[in-house]
Amino acid sequence: MTAEALDNHHDHGPPKGYKRWLFSTNHKDIGTMYLIFATVMLFLGGGMAMLIRAELFIPGLQLVEPNFYNNMVTNHALVMIFGAIMPAAAGMANWMIPMMIGAPDMALPRLNNLSFWLLPMAAIMLIMAMVVPFFGGGAPVATGWTLYPPLSVQAGMGMDLTIFAIHTLGISSILASINIITTIINMRAPGMTWMKMPLFVWAWFFTALLLILVMPALAGGVTMLLFDRHFGTSFFDAAGGGDPVLFQHLFWFFGHPEVYVLLLPSIGVLGIVIPAFSRKPLFGYKPLVYWMGFLTALGLVVWAHHQYTIGMSVAATTYFMIGTILVSIPIGLMLFNFIFTMWRGAMTFETPMLFAIAIILMFAFAGTTGVMLAVVPADMQYHDTYFVVAHFHYALIPGALFGLYAGVFYWLPKWTGHMYDETLGKIFFWWTTIAFNVTFFPQHFVGLAGMPRRIADYSAQFTDINIISSIGGIMFGLSHLLFLYIIIKTVRGGKPAEAKSWEGAQVGTPGLEWTVASPPPFHTFTTPPVVK
Amino acid sequence: MSGRLSAVPILKKLFCCSGLLAAASPVSAEYALNLPEPASELTREVYDLHMLTAKIALYITLIVTAVVFYAIFKFRKSKNYEPDQNFHTGKFGTWSWVLVPIIVLGIDLSISAPAIKTLHLIEDKTEADMTVKVIGTQWKWIYEYMEDDVRIVSSMLSEEEAEKAEGEGYLRTVDNPLVLPVGKRIRFLHTATDVLHAWWVPSITVKKDSIPGYITETWTIIDKEGLYHGQCAENCGRGHSYMPIQVAAVSQAEYDEWLNNKKQEQLAALQEASSDKTWSKEELMSKGEAVYKTNCLACHQANGAGVPGAFPALKGSPVAAGPVDKHIEIVLKGVKGTAMAPWASLNDFELAAVITYERNAWGNDTGDLVQPAAIKSAR
Ligand code: HEM
Ligand SMILES: [Cu+2]
Repeated sequence: MTAEALDNHHDHGPPKGYKRWLFSTNHKDIGTMYLIFATVMLFLGGGMAMLIRAELFIPGLQLVEPNFYNNMVTNHALVMIFGAIMPAAAGMANWMIPMMIGAPDMALPRLNNLSFWLLPMAAIMLIMAMVVPFFGGGAPVATGWTLYPPLSVQAGMGMDLTIFAIHTLGISSILASINIITTIINMRAPGMTWMKMPLFVWAWFFTALLLILVMPALAGGVTMLLFDRHFGTSFFDAAGGGDPVLFQHLFWFFGHPEVYVLLLPSIGVLGIVIPAFSRKPLFGYKPLVYWMGFLTALGLVVWAHHQYTIGMSVAATTYFMIGTILVSIPIGLMLFNFIFTMWRGAMTFETPMLFAIAIILMFAFAGTTGVMLAVVPADMQYHDTYFVVAHFHYALIPGALFGLYAGVFYWLPKWTGHMYDETLGKIFFWWTTIAFNVTFFPQHFVGLAGMPRRIADYSAQFTDINIISSIGGIMFGLSHLLFLYIIIKTVRGGKPAEAKSWEGAQVGTPGLEWTVASPPPFHTFTTPPVVK
Repeated sequence: MSGRLSAVPILKKLFCCSGLLAAASPVSAEYALNLPEPASELTREVYDLHMLTAKIALYITLIVTAVVFYAIFKFRKSKNYEPDQNFHTGKFGTWSWVLVPIIVLGIDLSISAPAIKTLHLIEDKTEADMTVKVIGTQWKWIYEYMEDDVRIVSSMLSEEEAEKAEGEGYLRTVDNPLVLPVGKRIRFLHTATDVLHAWWVPSITVKKDSIPGYITETWTIIDKEGLYHGQCAENCGRGHSYMPIQVAAVSQAEYDEWLNNKKQEQLAALQEASSDKTWSKEELMSKGEAVYKTNCLACHQANGAGVPGAFPALKGSPVAAGPVDKHIEIVLKGVKGTAMAPWASLNDFELAAVITYERNAWGNDTGDLVQPAAIKSAR
């Protein structure tokens, strides 16, 4: 072959038209699609949350029927977890991991395409699951995201669609995880040793490991559910010799690690953002990596703290209690190290940093309510009340969603080539953070006072707190219109971003993403960079 | 579903802000921000544990907040603070990874020690003075006093009934509260007939799930007379919000009297059911309405219209207005794979009455009278 022929085969630009996206094997384009998909799902799930809060605004049934209400509760969670947070984190992984470790692309680009395109299919099934009850598809899925039988056996066709949606989402996550692990192991640039990898890469490495380990348990569980529903088995039916609690174990063997799947990528983002805006290296990088590994391992063996009330033996309960309380050690260390990264630094407070600091405070609080919940006798009061709802929203909104926002604002200049509007970013931060706290802080108390979760109608003594919570909720929802506006505005124009968009961007890490232009060329690193 | 709480007073309350902090209205009298006052030694221990961990949670949150705010104000670029690039390699930086876990572990252990102690109290299986089997079923509670062969069904009062009863208000009041004596060690055995439920009355004991095929156990010794509240805590479907619990704790004497009356009532009902009397339409209809209310209303609704897509209507339905035999069979055996349970546990008279009621109420007007004998032969 002549040099000229070689050159012709080398296309440097993206293909034109729909093919660029549908057949994409480019990590940046796929990352972008993941992020757009996640945003769409965020608004879908958010819409459901608005409906939930509107129904709970005052006692009585004003807007929806109880079964439909709980269908909203179910799909709000599934859409947010599988549709918004995980795809957003995967989109960030796609964009950033290859650039951070100096790889030209993901290790398995076609698999990458498949893992993305499975998501819209799953989303369609999830949406259909909500729609079919209106067209004679039987009772809606009113179980909550935990899908516990026997209630889930009573549901109509929507349940089958939900099961298939979960299968599809699971396949997508496992394929993406395989890809990420393979990329991290094999595609690091010369000199990018394991212990030089940015924390975000480490965080995703553990996340992907967890997903591969636990997704199959959920897939197995829901498949057995499907068989119970249609093929006469009775895995979970006590009348047929089965065990309803078995499903709970399968679910939470997945479900507990899943909360770390949601958390860890955002912790990874904090490990990048905080040093950058403190202008000094991450405090305790090595312990963070090791303790993150410990958290991953511990996370696999504490699942039954979601089931303290099922009547386990004292020994088993004690074990799960101690294990769960120990989770506070790695979580505490993470927060400690982030705080001491800021300590004696020279901080500035751009939007990503504001989010990072708010996360430290609110997530620490979530950890302390987590320890309260871990204490079995007390949890036998808290369980299935709004106290739990408040706890996990404090864990997940700061711990997952806000972490991703920090990442979005931090890397938006890199992705789009434009700086976002800092003033608007700060307004968004304050608006959304205050609204979040107004919504969820009071819920701790209404839970203690006796309000169970997943009820569409409540008695009058819970009214005041629910009114506050609903007002906060609507404010929180509305703040996201501003978010959308900022993103669109930045994509369309703005102050051009430099290659190294933030003064502290490379502090402590190789930060290879900042060595390429903003936005980066379609193919980054045609020759591997060398990390010293 | 308005009436109960129209929007106006709520908004008024909100903007006078007095409503937010317990005003004098009866609603606010119930207003609470914490677990209800414990009424047994068990729940008192749990309550104390809860307050202990809550305090630790509060202090940790405050300390973290203070440290972060100190850092924010001290170490900022606008104050020309020079970042200490070697902070993380110093002694503190190298050893904090041991230090922090040790501190956290210390806090953890000081929480888990009392927690384990209380756990053992909860799981203490000392012989009880009496046992109540608590059965969750969509959407009401059934209580069986095991030693005395007394069984009561406890369902929520409708909005109008609750208002009339001048009790604790809608979604809090039931027709038959669980009556218990104070000072006796009571064991609760929890199970369910259909889906998961959880019987939660925080003042008197902790919750355990009611699981079909399982029996879980809790216990209490109530030490104060009074009316205690709770509600179903595990999602059980459409009527999950409609399973309130009321426990009336009374003196031993009052309890004995109540129990005696109940026994007499049950005996009378049994005699009534086993008599070969031919019942009149009025008798069947009034008994039928009562049976319908406690057992069928939750799904098929007071007006017999059911809930479209979830529970079929009885009003004008092919079953309730069709052949009698089919109707009896469905009520006796239930419909597999749906929420329609078999009702064979009701006696012949009750079944005859409720079926008669369903065939003649809401304009069904079939004119059919079903007598207990017909049920007996269909069993
Ligand atoms: C010190 C750390 C933590 C501890 C000890 C802890 C403990 C617990 C316990 C015991 C429960 C079960 C409560 C119940 O259902 O009765 C729970 C629920 C939950 N936690 Fe945490 N937690 C911690 C941190 C986190 C984190 C980091 C996340 C996620 C980022 C999280 C997310 C959740 C979620 C989603 C649920 C509720 C799931 C459901 O029932 O639907 N927690 N937590
Ligand atoms: Cu968990």
